[in-house]
Amino acid sequence: MGDWSFFLRDTGGDETYLHWMMTAWGWTLSVAALSLIVALVVGSIMGILRTTPSKTLVFVGNAWTELFRNIPLLVQIFLWYHVIPSIFLSLRAVPSFVLVVFALGFFTSARIAEQVKAGILSLPKGQRYAGLAMGLTLPQTYRYVLLPMAYRIIIPPLTSESMNIIKNTSVAFAVSIAELTMFAMQAQEETSRGIEIYLAVTALYFVSAFAVNRVAHFIEVRVQVPGMIGSKS
Amino acid sequence: MQLDFAFFNWALIQSFILKGLLFSVELTIIAMLGGVALGTVLALMRLSGKPWLVTPSAIYVNTLRSIPLVMVILWFFLLIPLLIGRPLGTDISSIITFTVFEAAYYSEIMRAGIQSVPKGQVGAGYAVGMTYAQCMKLIVLPQAFRNMLPVLLTQTIILFQDTSLVYAIGAYDLLKGFEIAGKNYNRPIEAYLIAAIVYFIICFSLSMLVRQLQTKIAIVR
Repeated sequence: MGDWSFFLRDTGGDETYLHWMMTAWGWTLSVAALSLIVALVVGSIMGILRTTPSKTLVFVGNAWTELFRNIPLLVQIFLWYHVIPSIFLSLRAVPSFVLVVFALGFFTSARIAEQVKAGILSLPKGQRYAGLAMGLTLPQTYRYVLLPMAYRIIIPPLTSESMNIIKNTSVAFAVSIAELTMFAMQAQEETSRGIEIYLAVTALYFVSAFAVNRVAHFIEVRVQVPGMIGSKS
Repeated sequence: MQLDFAFFNWALIQSFILKGLLFSVELTIIAMLGGVALGTVLALMRLSGKPWLVTPSAIYVNTLRSIPLVMVILWFFLLIPLLIGRPLGTDISSIITFTVFEAAYYSEIMRAGIQSVPKGQVGAGYAVGMTYAQCMKLIVLPQAFRNMLPVLLTQTIILFQDTSLVYAIGAYDLLKGFEIAGKNYNRPIEAYLIAAIVYFIICFSLSMLVRQLQTKIAIVR
């Protein structure tokens, strides 16, 4: 089935195709991991803002979500890569890898904000009032009462979002990040062994997404609250 | 740097943008109709309870949902010419890819929609002597379609955004139109900005419409 020996051939750059592909996989995973951190932090803040009593804060959170949800990821990546550095000249020196991390992170933050909001709103209102009635401040109520439950509830959608982020790193090919899709396109042109290369790359995407799924499942089981919907005990 | 939007006029829209917009919309509509049709078949297979129908449908849906769309676009662009023995244009290749790909996502939406109809209604259908096909056509699917319409349309907005990924094989869509216009007039920054605004206006208005529809359906139910 196919000719796989070219993977051990030199690319002309002092490394084999296999080595190149593994480096590319590393880029894919790094972009995904760092974007996920950005997305979780920003998405949590925006999601929480959307559930506060302040109308201004709710508006900020809503505007953020709509803005980053209604522009295609590829266009957002172009905005970060081409537009922002030429408007803010001080950002010229920032490597494109960082720009892509922010693009993918902010894009995903809009979806995570939606889930965080849904998680908080799924809790009975009484929990918020109980916290406030006991004399906790609003931030304390969030920190000790609402968020610990809300985050546990939204682990399944957060899992699929983490798997999506790995898939979405493929869009970074458009600004020449040396990730898996970029490797697939370039190696295909150089070797004309498209099927073998695409199969290998697709398999690596599968493995990555599956690994994320297992890690998330492990976390879900570890943090589950006995008696809560979906828990086994 | 000074932004200058003066280059953006009707002549430019006519010669660069409209062609791209037309293809993006065409791709969205064909992939939606084809995807919903194929997706319905896949969902019915998945729910049929017969292993020789369930397994292929599950493999189809799960495989496509775990591969990045860009890779799927590249796969089809590579494979279709090998299968039919002659090169295929980027346009047709995109249309086939998006129909096949979106079917996987639509089928999951259809499956949830069909499962939202209480089982007792199917039982009632059988009790008055309807066949499986009649039950589906007359009882389940009309209600399922209605329940899932908002999600289905939201997926279509995502589909419209995703059409920009045909960039990978160089098809001429809305984004490409802006990019070429930007290059020709040496105003790439402004062109990308306007592209973002145009996509935002289209997608935001559509999602507002979906939200309105959602409240309307909710009241009737």
